[in-house]
Amino acid sequence: MTDNDLLRLENIGVRLGGRQILSGVSFTVAPGQFTGLIGPNGAGKTTLLRVILGLTPPTEGRVLLNGSPKTRHGGGLIGYVPQKLAIDQDMPLRARDVVGLGIDGNKLGFPLPSASRRQRITEALEAVGAESYADARIGELSGGEQQRVLIAHALIGRPKLLLLDEPLANLDLRSEQGIVSVLARLAHEQGIAVLISAHDLNPLLREIDTVVYVAAGRAAAGRTDEIIQSDVLSALYGSRVDVLHVNGRVLVIAGDEQQEPQAHHPAETGVVVGLDRT
Amino acid sequence: MGHFFSYIVEPGLLSNGAVRTAFLVGTVVAVTSGVVGVLTVIRGQSFAGHSLADVATTGGAGAFLIGVNQFWGFLIAGVAGAAIMELIGVQRRRGRDVATGVVLGAALGAAALFLYLGTQTSSTTGASFTILFGSMFVISPNTISALIASGVLALAVVAVLSRVLLLTSLSPELAAARGVPVRAVSIAYLAALAVAVSLSAVVIGAVLSTALLIGPAATALRVAKSPGRAMAAAALIGTAITWLGILLAYDSFYWPPHGHGWPVSFFVVALVVVAYLLSYAWRPRRKRRDPAATAAADRKEPACSPA
Repeated sequence: MTDNDLLRLENIGVRLGGRQILSGVSFTVAPGQFTGLIGPNGAGKTTLLRVILGLTPPTEGRVLLNGSPKTRHGGGLIGYVPQKLAIDQDMPLRARDVVGLGIDGNKLGFPLPSASRRQRITEALEAVGAESYADARIGELSGGEQQRVLIAHALIGRPKLLLLDEPLANLDLRSEQGIVSVLARLAHEQGIAVLISAHDLNPLLREIDTVVYVAAGRAAAGRTDEIIQSDVLSALYGSRVDVLHVNGRVLVIAGDEQQEPQAHHPAETGVVVGLDRT
Repeated sequence: MGHFFSYIVEPGLLSNGAVRTAFLVGTVVAVTSGVVGVLTVIRGQSFAGHSLADVATTGGAGAFLIGVNQFWGFLIAGVAGAAIMELIGVQRRRGRDVATGVVLGAALGAAALFLYLGTQTSSTTGASFTILFGSMFVISPNTISALIASGVLALAVVAVLSRVLLLTSLSPELAAARGVPVRAVSIAYLAALAVAVSLSAVVIGAVLSTALLIGPAATALRVAKSPGRAMAAAALIGTAITWLGILLAYDSFYWPPHGHGWPVSFFVVALVVVAYLLSYAWRPRRKRRDPAATAAADRKEPACSPA
């Protein structure tokens, strides 16, 4: 199997400011595999993504990309979609400009307009269903529309692995489903490995192939039905965790008896987590 | 009409050396400030620009005290201030804390002392006004080439870094993930900003310098659709404002009180405000493109309630 793995994390541990953020995290991602990186807020999902991106060096273990240790920026193999943009409504960037920055935003000098550049940008926007607002200002788009544009930005560099940091946060249901189906199509039709972090498993449940569940700085990886089990998650959290199936949705209820389980808007997240390690 | 035109443009306007210098330097400064200012507004660093202006005031006052042209004081203090800000992270939007206020207050206090001592020893009271509020008609001919060279340098830095600066302002972590040295880019940009502030300080004074930096840029950003067009528009708006300011100041010689022209800086700053207000008439503030999304988000909770 090792030869087929696009991404392989071996026993990753991260210590930041004297605190152990992650320890013993190992998993693999194959080409075309759609993986959910699930866990409560503060569990270490973002740190894990930063390790894969090369922004946070692991204190233990190693990251292999295409079978070799990861070079600093992954040689263009990784496309990244950040959690949110630091922009104002007045930012004079159209959706197509943002996607264009995906081609050469890390280079010096001015972009020269060309027909082939324009064509490439249009194709990337079409791949995520964002062509209808190609010329709208990025700051005037809704959260879901911005996410699609950012996915197009990441795609235009033709990555083999797409990393997304909480792209579903603060989206309405319809936008959520739209983004998830775009990602599933990219994984299953174009063979791009997709790793998406989320605090709620439910929007992803029907589409993802595998799950990496992160809690208390450790991770369990495997098929969704293997991992989302009371005993597996209890071992991960180090305390009792119940998994309830309600109408095709999954509720993960974590927390020890001494602590009052946090009312975490179950209707909104679908995951009730009492033990938020923040 | 011809009579009206000669009323607006006084006969002999361009045969005056000081006026020609004002037009030349004013144009260079307006273009530099406009282009650099667009990125300042996009990056949310207007406050950094203002802090640099305060620090530059101290530099200009110090230069006056030791008898050096104030531009060098503005420039050295501005660039040093930019370096310190990057080191301690003051330029970040959320960094406007008490410490910053105290440091900037101290900078202006030092400026007050330097100006006081300077005017005591050289008995040129006009110098304080020139440093604080500028005077386009007393630009020393010796500094013209240095002013132009600084402007060209700042423009070159911004041109070379434009894409990287845009990507960084879109998302610093995305830029870092793409291999952009975010810190180094930020330092280079702050240096260009310090140069633009210093140039602007020469023309309309250290205290008012951010008006020319932020005003035309903010106006342009409201009407232009791409960063390149916004920079061109800001340069044009800034130049138009500067030229009109010079014309009005020249004409105001005949306004009350007769025989004393009004300061150019007043006209420039007033026109900046007018231009910014006009941009709202041009393109009123719009709502987000898709109000349906928020409505759907509001409906979301009952829709998936387990009850």
